[in-house]
Amino acid sequence: MATWTWFHKLGSPPHVYRIAGRFAPWFGWGALLCIVYGLFGGLVLAPPDYQQKDAFRIIYVHAPAAWLSLSCYTTMAVAAFVGLVWRMKIAHAAAAAIAPVGASFAFVCLATGSLWGRPMWGTWWEWDARLTSQLILLFLYLGYMALRSAHDDLQRADRSSAVLAIVGVVNVPIIHYSVYWWNSLHQGATVMKADRPSMPSEMLVPLLVMFLGFTLFQLWVLCTRLRAEILERERNARWLQEQIRDGAR
Amino acid sequence: MNQWASLGEWLAMGGYAAYVWPSIGLAIGTLVVNMMMARRRHAAALQRALRRLAIDGYGEA
Amino acid sequence: MTPRRKRLVLFGSVLLGVALAAGIATLAFRDNLQYFYNPSEVAAGKVPVGKRFRVGGMVPNGSVHRETGSLTVNFEVTDFENTVKISYSGVLPDLFREGQGIIAHGKLDNQGVFVADEVLAKHDEKYMPPEVRDSLKKTHTPGTEVAAVGASKS
Repeated sequence: MATWTWFHKLGSPPHVYRIAGRFAPWFGWGALLCIVYGLFGGLVLAPPDYQQKDAFRIIYVHAPAAWLSLSCYTTMAVAAFVGLVWRMKIAHAAAAAIAPVGASFAFVCLATGSLWGRPMWGTWWEWDARLTSQLILLFLYLGYMALRSAHDDLQRADRSSAVLAIVGVVNVPIIHYSVYWWNSLHQGATVMKADRPSMPSEMLVPLLVMFLGFTLFQLWVLCTRLRAEILERERNARWLQEQIRDGAR
Repeated sequence: MNQWASLGEWLAMGGYAAYVWPSIGLAIGTLVVNMMMARRRHAAALQRALRRLAIDGYGEA
Repeated sequence: MTPRRKRLVLFGSVLLGVALAAGIATLAFRDNLQYFYNPSEVAAGKVPVGKRFRVGGMVPNGSVHRETGSLTVNFEVTDFENTVKISYSGVLPDLFREGQGIIAHGKLDNQGVFVADEVLAKHDEKYMPPEVRDSLKKTHTPGTEVAAVGASKS
């Protein structure tokens, strides 16, 4: 079963602690570079939209935030599933590590969408399928975190919150397809679709760079928080001593 | 690049400054807060782990 | 079955069950979750009688008339099969123009005019600089805005 060694190695806290520590700086600096360039490209270099003028520039934070909230949730649900089925503690730790980022960007997505909707659509909020399903995503995150903190016993917190994470993942495709399944105020996808993106490259490139930057940021936070989770969970382990005293923080 | 005649024009965002800048600010602020919280959590966990090791007789203290 | 396999089947079927339930609920509530109705649905009488609802479509060119001395605007929305007359008094969103997709919230009166108290502008997922738009306009006849209405019902 040589093919499964990588999977079993993922279950080993010392291995993951080291790997996460090695990759984190690359993710972090990569994220910083991408986000700085993406914002510059989107706010300064890109031309205004023909009908939304400069208000369209909100897309450079709104769409990446939406993407981050969905990709964090999917990561969280997959990790929770692995944690439940394979009894892999580190998978539960990863799910717990990613939840706060996802929750905060689900909120950023809603808030920036509101700030965009007011001048363009003429409303801060509507009970539309896309908007409502995204709000449910925020509540799923909050429910997940509340459920975790409601348990004193770590194992119980891991398992019950994992069930919630898995059940909630059905909302992810609903959010994406809501604008096609129902008549919606929100327009369809510009980038995340099979067709070519509905944007010229001078607008698209900064947006794609922002998507990449937010994804790298998600990975950086995952690495950093996962390391913290490992330190908290791995009580009195010899490797901890070696890790820390060798200076390999 | 030459679409902006001045800094003031850029800041005005074609009259949508009140919507564009809070959005950008909120996104950047959330990135920074997430970053600080993650780093602080790791640092705190490391401190606690060191203290635990010291009590268990592994540490130098 | 090993315990791990059992858990895989258990949580796999939980996920499948929830997805199935969500799918059925989505289909069942499709009409209730409909954010707005098309002019054709209004013409076919599929709209709630005597109740407030939303109607969405494109504002045809030349259909917007402002009443002098008041804020009242009369215009039409179309889905290119049927048309609904709309009367609205109030502030219109920035994107409200002829050739643009809109959504109006209100009630039908007994003359079949939709009296709206709220008008929202829809826009499509296409973004482009003004110059590109201008050159497109020269080579194409208007009609690209159809996407704004079409995107909602595909």
